[in-house]
Amino acid sequence: MTVMNMANALNDALAVALADDERVVLLGEDIGRTGGVFRVTDGLQTRFGENRVIDTPVAESGIVGAAFGMAIAGLRPVAEIQFLGFSYPAYDQIVSHVGRIRNRSNHRFTAPLVIRIPFGGGIGAAEHHSESSEAMYAHTPGIKVVVPATPSAAKGLLLAAIEDPDPVIFLEPIRVYRAIKEEVPEGRFTIPIGVADIVRTGSDVSVIAYGATVRDALASADTLDADGVSVEVIDLRTLSPLDASTVVASAQKTGRVVAVSEGHRTAGIASELAAIVQEQALYSLLAPVQRVTGWDTVVPLKRTERHHIPGVARIVAAVRRTLED
Amino acid sequence: MEPVRILDVDGRLLDESPLPAEEIRRLFAAMVTARAFDHKASALQLQGRLATYAQFEGQEAAQIGSAAALRADDWMVATYRDAAAMWMQGFPWENLLLGRMGDERGGSPPQGVNVLPPSITVGAHMIHAVGLGWAERLRGSDRVAITYFGDGATSEGDFHEAMNFAGVYRTPTVFLCQNNGWAISMSRERQTASETIAQKADAYGIPGVLVDGNDVLAVFAVTRDAVGRARRGEGATLIEAQTQRMGAHTTADDAGRYRDEATLAAWKLRDPIDRVRKYLQASGAWSEAWEQELIASASVEIETAANRAEGLAPFGPGAAFDRVFARPSAHIELQRAELLRDLGGEA
Repeated sequence: MTVMNMANALNDALAVALADDERVVLLGEDIGRTGGVFRVTDGLQTRFGENRVIDTPVAESGIVGAAFGMAIAGLRPVAEIQFLGFSYPAYDQIVSHVGRIRNRSNHRFTAPLVIRIPFGGGIGAAEHHSESSEAMYAHTPGIKVVVPATPSAAKGLLLAAIEDPDPVIFLEPIRVYRAIKEEVPEGRFTIPIGVADIVRTGSDVSVIAYGATVRDALASADTLDADGVSVEVIDLRTLSPLDASTVVASAQKTGRVVAVSEGHRTAGIASELAAIVQEQALYSLLAPVQRVTGWDTVVPLKRTERHHIPGVARIVAAVRRTLED
Repeated sequence: MEPVRILDVDGRLLDESPLPAEEIRRLFAAMVTARAFDHKASALQLQGRLATYAQFEGQEAAQIGSAAALRADDWMVATYRDAAAMWMQGFPWENLLLGRMGDERGGSPPQGVNVLPPSITVGAHMIHAVGLGWAERLRGSDRVAITYFGDGATSEGDFHEAMNFAGVYRTPTVFLCQNNGWAISMSRERQTASETIAQKADAYGIPGVLVDGNDVLAVFAVTRDAVGRARRGEGATLIEAQTQRMGAHTTADDAGRYRDEATLAAWKLRDPIDRVRKYLQASGAWSEAWEQELIASASVEIETAANRAEGLAPFGPGAAFDRVFARPSAHIELQRAELLRDLGGEA
């Protein structure tokens, strides 16, 4: 075990993958010499060479399209897009080709690639750098969408994503990169994709979160615990395929659900959670499902972004609403 | 820039043939077979047995000549109008027809055939050939990748990204542009202000070659050279094969709305099959009976392929759920169960 932040844990995961499997190649903008805008790939080009850690031109569609071809040819590419807001030029590649080749060829050709993308706000970045549009990708058939919340989960999930036979969009919460440090197992270990994690058990209310909002959900649980409210916190870890059974079991146990997502509300992940809960656990519910989300506004810039990102205050308030008569 | 031409419209060699006579006969036979497929597929569409079909008549030399320059294990990433090239590289007629009948199994060629199912979106697929070839080189293989696209696709941003990556990384990629004059109704002149498409290669630091796309020998020769460069690690090449699609964009299009008869008549005189027939005829290597036999056996072969495709039992309603991931996830299984429940258990 070594104490690491999420950026270090991801770097460690990539180093393990590169060392273990010669099919693994990394490609993206500024990932080699500078180690990426968040330094997640720091030192990897020096260690593994320019043919394994490839600096590319500024061309997101080209990066994903080339990685797609590489994956079909048998490599295990891990592409990096610098920010989720810069992934849209690659959207056509992802939706029209990456997520479809298995279907289009009836399994004859497959594209086991990983697209790593930092996402979410909270660091006061410029426009387009704080997007939380993960629902667009969760909506896309043939693509898995994975979101770690902690350094250990980041490492185990990324190694699982690289091993996965299907394409994975791996979203890294920007404000968690260096905010949490914890002990991370050394060497290779994986955490299954598609399985949520019950990070705190409770009996009164279930708070379902993912990515950076898991930390806020846990802080909310602490606050509410002081008032005698027992909160269960679930970290989804994977948005697609979503672990409905863990969510439903928790809803049936507590009868109250707060769905948290930094993404826009309409047709978002929290909405999907609310739909699943009402379909499969309606008669256990003691209160309407609450959605705590980013608004249907453009993500505000630094001075007001705190009003957009769901924080402890809004989560606590939502939990209290589920407890009102 | 003058296009490379080896065989003129009268079937006279302007230069040394890149192939011996027997190989030229083989290419002639392939073009005749491909045209028979094109006619048959159009007929099947009229009969309602195929969905919309994109004819390639007029482009046989561009497709057969280029594909003939490949090794059997090379990659091909082509489009909906490239059935002749795909077939030449091993993609069975049955699969091509099955795809147009609306069955995903059409996109699954036999193992060892490294031809992706045709790209329906315009332009996004060229970079896939860059990635495929790049991967081969990184693995130490000398396999190359060829991608087919039209003049219209060069207006897409992805053309730029693919050409740029290929230039920067010297990937073993052959960009084969069939400039057939039209992107549905938009003429080549209104598609780009460049004098040629081939010249666009200059901007990416790779060679651009202009070739008479209706001259199968010239197309073969320039593609062979491009494939050789790629295989030797010398990088990518852009080939512009100037041709004309003699049909409409698809069976759902009416080319009479935008193309005049005179243009069509002029191109008819440059037919890719006619000139090879004349050449072979002059050397006594062609007979009417032989060509009729080729057409007859091609017709039987294609009819058989169509029957096999039609005879394949359709997928059940739940089958699509099997093709999302390597193994269906719980939510996919749930949705399948929901569909089957709604269908009353029909599987």
